[in-house]
Amino acid sequence: MQTKVENNKAWFLVMPVFLIVAFSAIIPLMTVVNYSVQDIFDPYTRYFVGTEWFKQVMLDSRLQEALLRQFIYSFTIIIIEVPLGICVALMMPTKGRGASLALILVAIPLLIPWNVVGTIWQIFGRADIGLFGAFMSSIGVDYNYASDPTDAWLTVVLMDVWHWTPLVALLCYSGLRAIPEVYYQAARIDQASRWAVFRYIQLPKLTNVLIIGVLLRFMDSFMIYTEPFVLTGGGPGSSTTFLSQALVQQAIGQFDLGPAAAFSLVYFLIILLVCWVFYTTIMNMQKDK
Amino acid sequence: MSLTLQNVSRVVEGEMWIDDVNLSLEPGSFNVLLGRTLSGKTTLMRLMAGLDRPTKGKILMNGVDVTGVPVRERNISMVYQQFINYPNLTVYENIASPLRLAKMDEKEVDRRVRETAEMLRIDPYLDRLPLQLSGGQQQRTAMARALVKDSQIILFDEPLVNLDYKLREELRQELRALFKARNCIAIYATTEPNEALALGGNTAVLNEGRLLQMGPTAEVYHQPKDIITAEMFSEPPINVVPGRVSEEEVTFDDTVHFRLNSDLRRLTPGEYQFGVRASHIGLVPHSDDDLELPVRVDLAEISGSETFLHVHNPHFDLVLHLSGVHAYQVDQEIKVYFPTHKLYAFDAQGKMVHSPARMRDQ
Repeated sequence: MQTKVENNKAWFLVMPVFLIVAFSAIIPLMTVVNYSVQDIFDPYTRYFVGTEWFKQVMLDSRLQEALLRQFIYSFTIIIIEVPLGICVALMMPTKGRGASLALILVAIPLLIPWNVVGTIWQIFGRADIGLFGAFMSSIGVDYNYASDPTDAWLTVVLMDVWHWTPLVALLCYSGLRAIPEVYYQAARIDQASRWAVFRYIQLPKLTNVLIIGVLLRFMDSFMIYTEPFVLTGGGPGSSTTFLSQALVQQAIGQFDLGPAAAFSLVYFLIILLVCWVFYTTIMNMQKDK
Repeated sequence: MSLTLQNVSRVVEGEMWIDDVNLSLEPGSFNVLLGRTLSGKTTLMRLMAGLDRPTKGKILMNGVDVTGVPVRERNISMVYQQFINYPNLTVYENIASPLRLAKMDEKEVDRRVRETAEMLRIDPYLDRLPLQLSGGQQQRTAMARALVKDSQIILFDEPLVNLDYKLREELRQELRALFKARNCIAIYATTEPNEALALGGNTAVLNEGRLLQMGPTAEVYHQPKDIITAEMFSEPPINVVPGRVSEEEVTFDDTVHFRLNSDLRRLTPGEYQFGVRASHIGLVPHSDDDLELPVRVDLAEISGSETFLHVHNPHFDLVLHLSGVHAYQVDQEIKVYFPTHKLYAFDAQGKMVHSPARMRDQ
């Protein structure tokens, strides 16, 4: 009979990962869980409240509205940014100096810090000193993002499209570069149209980067905070108050740590759930094919 | 349908990729483009297809100048080294795609797709996606796509190199049979002389962008016009030994002499390069004319049921192509027999000046 040599060396090898994950994710998350089930008055006075905060958070109409707003927002920008990103990627030159120039130009918005993006658009949209605002009023549109909810939405969406379409474009660009030249050559020999080349060669080959692109854009936009905070401060009224901003208002503005912690966990689970549903659906669709 | 290339050259960034090629291909012919990597095979095919324009020269189809006609307006097909299929279309739709683009009637599309698929023996897989097939089946699908429309020219750019040896032989034979019945021009690029010989038809030998020789494959093999063609068109390459011809004898490197036989008597005295095929040197004499050479073994390379024996004497190296498996020790001393009546002779410029009288056993 063969004797099995047992040793515990493997534990030492996975230990660093355990430690890093513990400090980066598990411990902070557990702190939040700790807050979410207690009512804390001061460091020595606290009561266990069970799911109280969760109930309160789920029934809070302010948060429900923010959640709905958040979904509409994420959906809108994905609908705009993905097709636009593909178009930009298709138009970008592939060879020569034009290619590097286009890459740099497209990447610029991604390099700008988020709060600066908000500031840029805050000024850009102003009717008195901003190019966009001045242009809108010169063509006779009554545009004011600070007082009109529709204009505020338009500006926030435009800002996100300007800021993040380049990410989708760059992902698609790299996906397109990975298609061997012979595919295009074969399509030319087959006398395929530009549309057929896109539909049957480029799009199928882009599927994987697009999945990543949509996931990234969903997660990022669902957590958006800085730019609308700087640009509109969530207003006018609460028309551009998204989830994270509502959370910050509750946690820091009102210092309701218990409900805020419960809210954070719900928020986290929503993102996790949506990404998981999206990812499994896409993967199943691919498997079926 | 004939294809003619007149003085075609292509220069890319100051480099001569194709140098003054003249070529005429007949309808119904099977033509092999034989050349090493970077010899210009693919470039020449791209010119024939109309994917690139020649820098100089004309391309005629049926006598009509098509030099500037883009590929979309020519009726050609091409099969590549990589297996190029539409990734998210089924095998059926892949094969049907050229017909669909030509707006063919649905019944006719179905008939042709099934017929072609059957011919290439992929009919059981019509509903699969290309990635669910083996490499050989993927390439068969690509070939079916090329064959399904009645192209006047079908180009094969080393289509079998990414397949394993067994599949390659199988597909090569089928391919040859498929073209027997067709009246299109098939052009097949390969780096392997054995493949050219197996496919038959015509062979054009390309080297560094120049067309060295074009003719029926067997003829090019037996009567290579120059030393490069001779070297390229045999596997292992033909042995080349420098030698001198005097009034009554041939001397190899001042050491080996033999009397001029009737065959070689026509050569004027001087320096020559003598070529002898690896398969013609033997371990036993085949005739009284054979020259006995003592040599030392460098390496016995066993490949399947054949042995490539690399040997040397103090002055030159030789390779023998022997059938059967022969095990030899390195540095072992053996005798080999050099067939003096099966020699090719090339002059100082590398042009062939003498070829052996056709062997009786051929």
